[in-house]
This record gives sequence, structure tokens and C-alpha cells, in this order.
Amino acid sequence: MLDNLTSRLSGIVKNLRGQARLTESNIQDALREVRLALLEADVALPVVKELTNQVKQAALGQEVIGSLTPGQALIGVVNRELTKLMGEHNDALNLATVPPAIILMAGLQGAGKTTTSGKLAKLLREQNKKKVLLVSCDVYRPAAIEQLRTLAQQLEIDFFPSDTSQKPQDIALAAHDWARKHHHDVLIVDTAGRLAVDEAMMAEIKELHAALKPIETLFVVDAMTGQDAVNTAKAFGDALPLTGVILTKLDGDARGGAALSVRHITGKPIKFVGVSEKMNGLEAFHPDRMAQRILGMGDVLSLIEEAQRGVDIAEAQKLAKKVQSGKGFDLNDFKAQITQMRKMGGVSALMDKLPAQLSQAAAGSQVDDRQINRLEGIINSMTPWERSHPELIKASRKRRIAAGAGVQVMHVNQLLNQFEQTQKMMKMFSKGGMGKLMRSMAGKFPGMR
Amino acid sequence: MFSFLKKNPSNDNWLSRLKNGLSRTGSQLAELLGSGARIDEDLYEELETILITSDVGMDATQLLLADVRRQVKEHKLTEAGQLREALAHALLKLLRPLAQPLETGTHRPYIIMLCGVNGAGKTTSIGKLAKHFQNQGKSVLLAAGDTFRAAAREQLMEWGARNNVTVIAQQSGDAAAVIFDAVHAAQARGIDIVLADTAGRLTTQAHLMEEIKKVRRVIDKALPGAPHEVLLVLDANTGQNALSQVKAFDEALDVSGLVLTKLDGTAKGGVVAAIAKAHPIPVRFIGVGEGLEDLRPFVPEEFIAALLGLEA
Repeated sequence: MLDNLTSRLSGIVKNLRGQARLTESNIQDALREVRLALLEADVALPVVKELTNQVKQAALGQEVIGSLTPGQALIGVVNRELTKLMGEHNDALNLATVPPAIILMAGLQGAGKTTTSGKLAKLLREQNKKKVLLVSCDVYRPAAIEQLRTLAQQLEIDFFPSDTSQKPQDIALAAHDWARKHHHDVLIVDTAGRLAVDEAMMAEIKELHAALKPIETLFVVDAMTGQDAVNTAKAFGDALPLTGVILTKLDGDARGGAALSVRHITGKPIKFVGVSEKMNGLEAFHPDRMAQRILGMGDVLSLIEEAQRGVDIAEAQKLAKKVQSGKGFDLNDFKAQITQMRKMGGVSALMDKLPAQLSQAAAGSQVDDRQINRLEGIINSMTPWERSHPELIKASRKRRIAAGAGVQVMHVNQLLNQFEQTQKMMKMFSKGGMGKLMRSMAGKFPGMR
Repeated sequence: MFSFLKKNPSNDNWLSRLKNGLSRTGSQLAELLGSGARIDEDLYEELETILITSDVGMDATQLLLADVRRQVKEHKLTEAGQLREALAHALLKLLRPLAQPLETGTHRPYIIMLCGVNGAGKTTSIGKLAKHFQNQGKSVLLAAGDTFRAAAREQLMEWGARNNVTVIAQQSGDAAAVIFDAVHAAQARGIDIVLADTAGRLTTQAHLMEEIKKVRRVIDKALPGAPHEVLLVLDANTGQNALSQVKAFDEALDVSGLVLTKLDGTAKGGVVAAIAKAHPIPVRFIGVGEGLEDLRPFVPEEFIAALLGLEA
């Protein structure tokens, strides 16, 4: 994610590094590059102008000019200004009201409102221990209600049924009533996608808002949105008292310039970002981390949080002990690691968060989710005895395992090699004692060399 | 000089809607160029700003501006108002190669496969396309190949029931299998056109891109030579990422045409110019509204007229 902007900006810094000092003339080139990079990342033009101005002001100050490493100093400035633009720190949802707290979702067609409603419900249940009710007021798109119902069913979240013959407002009020009577903490109201220029539809959602008085009104916007993000965000912001923004589809290769624009234009914080098709693919938005991500510093903090959420602590401690002792790390543990990694959204989700250089290196080693699945399949074809005694696996066992997993013997060999290397790495860690963090991180990447 | 704008067929209703959608650029331009101001560097810079804020992108913007400058020099243009025509010509030169209408008469059944990222408007476009072909007197069959998103199948089936179009769907399972069935059903029933839906996918998801390649291979197996058309559906709101979508899907599937949706909003779809510059693929249709009739063949003259606020 945001790779292109990242590599672009690091290119700028490389250029600057060659020069001992930052001067008025060479900063001009750097700023032009910054401007170009931001525009190509779909950051809205007015925002780009303001950002480059601020960066210029700051860069010409003593801090950068006087610095012996002007490139680093400039990146520092850009980083700070980016963070500032995206709103300094993370804003959580405000649910402090007489329950049910109502969350109203609004946005263009295809922004991802319905999917996000489901993800948000899951997140609120799991992280905030809330009892959530979902309702769809989309009576226009065929099967939109059906879509949310299916999602609710998959997630085992309560769903308030509605019908396309009803009025959105009636549906919402009935759902509110139901939520109150059944002691739901949160009611998430999904709405139909609408264009900001469609007056009738905008009037409808205004009425809906007036009737429900939601404590959170969230604007859902696609991270791939271009320059028009500014206009749409402004129009929705003018029509509705928005309280926050959710940026979706950030797992694509869109450079995500919309993130920079939307906050700036609406003045509303981005509260969540959608980072995967999976139903747990919704994360709190952290502007500082996002800026660091843009600048290629990686998002290690999110990764650690994710790890803490996805990892079974007891399991991890058991593993840590084994690793510390440097022996007894067997294929069962290897498989447990794979399972844990899967819980965290798979390899690709993890890669996104690594610093640019690291993720490039990792991409070079060609680890992808399918390979991980294959590894698991091979281990599943082993007997428990073989899993705890991998050294037993010789030619005929290999043939049997390969047949069982539907792969070539070559693949079984590869797995055993990878396992051996991981085992070696584990031993190294236990001897070197590289700190708890690194140890737990390394545990997350079986097969990564 | 700009006579091509006058001999357009009269499609006032939808053209005006397209123009309404695109009018922000138009009115900005009118303000800028209508004043009889002189041509100077500031004016070029303003022009650049307008193109960039329409998602035309840096490369295509530079190309267009270079062309405008050349015309100014060649024709000794002096007034700001003439710049608009110069820009229209530059745009036309860039976009005309993209105007190749879809010919569906070459095969029977003619198999059209749709692809695109999540939320681009694939399923909705299929409905509109079906209507479009029905209006031409052709029989249509839909394949509910989006087996991933909740209720995508229901969305298509509901639409099919409303409009009396057969939809081939399966309870669960594999997109390729559903479409395979649909192709055979179309052959058996003598259907003219098959529209195959697929699940939305982001181009970064390697396994999903592999899956859709398989769908294409399976269609070829069901009917050698098919699909006859692979349409990539693009949301007009998309910025420069549209380029990487075009590239990635083209690499995977050999995309033969584009559908540009949601042009009735404030988005201008200027990214078409960026695509024309970097990775030209014919634009077959544009979507200008929610109604079933609001999907139309791409006519660059009309598109440019609407974009620049010229009288058509």
C-alpha cells in the first residue's frame, strides 16, 4: 500500500543526500517532486498546495538548513505535516449516550458501506464487548438488504429485517425501537449509496438523520477515489453533521491520497480503515502511523497490536519457552504458527505493514498465502508422531506425505528445509537473546528467510 | 473549426445529464476562458490545474498542454477563448482512438465477461447492458459469477426476474462453473449474448487475480474463442489508481473494452485521458445515471463537449 508514494519520496531523499546542504534552489526541485508524488497519489490539488507550502516554510527554517542531513530533516518535516493533515491522533467512536448508540453510515454507491457495516459490528462486539443490531435502509439496490442479512448471519450479529416496500425512515425507527426493547448497545444503520448531487436522495438521508439523531454519522469513502473526493466529502459534510470518516479498500494499490484530502476538507477525523476483504479487516486509523507508512517507515505498531489481538497468549508463551530452551521446536509448533498467522489476516496483510525495504525483501522470497496453505496441507498429511519427530521423515514417508497432500516430494523437502532453518533461527534467538519483541515477531514468519 | 459538435445525434436527455455531471469542469473553464483574457503563463497554469483536478493525471496533462501550446503557435491564437477549442482538439486527438463501439454480431452466442474492483458497478452495469442489448432485439442470458459477495447472486436474480431475463446461478461454489453452465445453456437455447458477472477484486490480491484468469480459461474451454469481449468496469470517481487497474486486469485477462460508470456525479472521469495516454483500451460504454437506459456507447465528441462545457 502506498508503495509508489513511498518509493518516490525515498527517491527524493536520495537525491538530497548527495548534497551537503539544503538551499533555496535545491529545495525547489525536492518540493516539485513532492508535489508530483502527492498529485499522482490522488491527493486533492488544494491540499497539495497547502502541504507543499507548509513544508517549504518549515524546510527553509533553521532546523533543516542547518542540518547536516538535510534529506532526513526534510522527510521529518514532510512526515510531521502529513500527520498534521490527517489529524494528529486517532479518534475513537463516541458511544457515550443512552443506549442504543446509533451509527449512521453514508456514502457514494460502491464505497463499501454494507461490508463496512458488518465489519464495524464485528469490531464493536469483539473489541468493545457491545451488543450490536444491524439494519439496512437500502430499499433501492436489488438485494442490498439480503446482503446485510447474509453478512449478519455469517458474523452472528443480530439483524433487524426490513423490506423494500418500506420507507427508510420507518425501517430505521422500528429498528431503533427494537434495539431499545432488546437492550442492544449499538444500532448500525446502513443506507443506500447516493450521489451528493442527487437532491431527493440527500433530502432523504437528512430526514433519516433528523429522525434518528445518531451519535455517530460516518462517511464511507473509497481509498481509490480521485480528485473528486474533495467535492463529495464537502457535499456530504454540508448536508449531514458528519462525525467521522471510514476509508475503505486500502488494501489495494491505490496510493490513498484520499486519506490526506478527506480529513482536511471535512475537518472530520478518519476513524477506521478497511484493509482486507475478510470480515476482521477493519482497523483503527492512526494518522501518525499512516504518515510513517507513506514515508516507508512501516507500520510496526499496528502489526504488534494485531499480533496481540490475534495471538493466543498462552500458546505464544508456551512457544516462547520452547524457543528459549532452543530445543523441542517441532512441526506442531510450526503449524501453530501458521494458524496464528492466518488469524492475523495472512501474509499479505502482514507484508503491508512492514517497512518498505523489508517488505520488498520479503516479496522477493515469494511467500504468499497459497504457499502457506500448502505448507499446512503437507503438515496435515503427517502423523502426529512424524510431526514431533521430523527427523524420522525419510524417502518413503515423504512419498506418502506428498501423495496425501497432493504435492510433489520436492515440496515436502522444501517444507522440511524451511522448518530446519526456522529451527536454526530459533536456536540463534535463544542464544542471542534479541529481546522479547523480536522473538515474538520472528515467530510470526515461518518460512520467511 | 469545431463543427463536429453540431452533427451529433439528438440524445438531449442523457447528454444533458452527462453535461450536468461534468459541468463543474465546464463552468470552471468557461469562467477562465470566456473573459477574453490574453494567453499567458498564468492561464496555462490554470488550465493545468483544471485538468489535474479532473483526474487527467500528470502525464496526460503535460501532453495536452504541449499540444495546446503547439496549436497556439501554429494558428497564432491570441485570445483565451480560443484555447478551449484548442484543448478540445487536443483531447479529441487523444480520445478518438478509444471510440470503438462493441460489435456483438460476430459470434453467437457472444460471450461478454465483466471484471473490476469491488464496488465499481459491475452487477449494476450488467443490468443496464442487458437492457441495451434487448433494445437491439437480442436475446440475453446472465451468469451470476459473483459467488463471493453476500447476496450478489440475489441482486442479479432479482434484477433478472424484474426484467424477464434468464439468470444462471448456483447455490454456491465456483464462478468458473457457473459461467461454464451459462455458456452451455446459451448454446442450447440459441441465445445471442451472455453477460458473465464476476466478483469484485482488488488487483493486489494475487490469488483472486489467479482465480479470474482461471474463469477466463474455463470459458474458453466451454466455447473455444470465448470470451469474445472482456469488459473492465471502472468507477469514474477513481483517481490515478484506475491506471493500475487497467494494467493489472489487462495483464491477467487481456481486457478488450472499458465501461466507465457513475459519471452522473461530480466526478469527471478525466482519468479516461490518462488511460488513453498510458494504456489505451477502447471505452465501450459510459454510465450516466441510475436508470436502465443510462448506459450509452462512448462518443468522444460528446464526452469532450460535456467535459469542457461546449455547445453540442
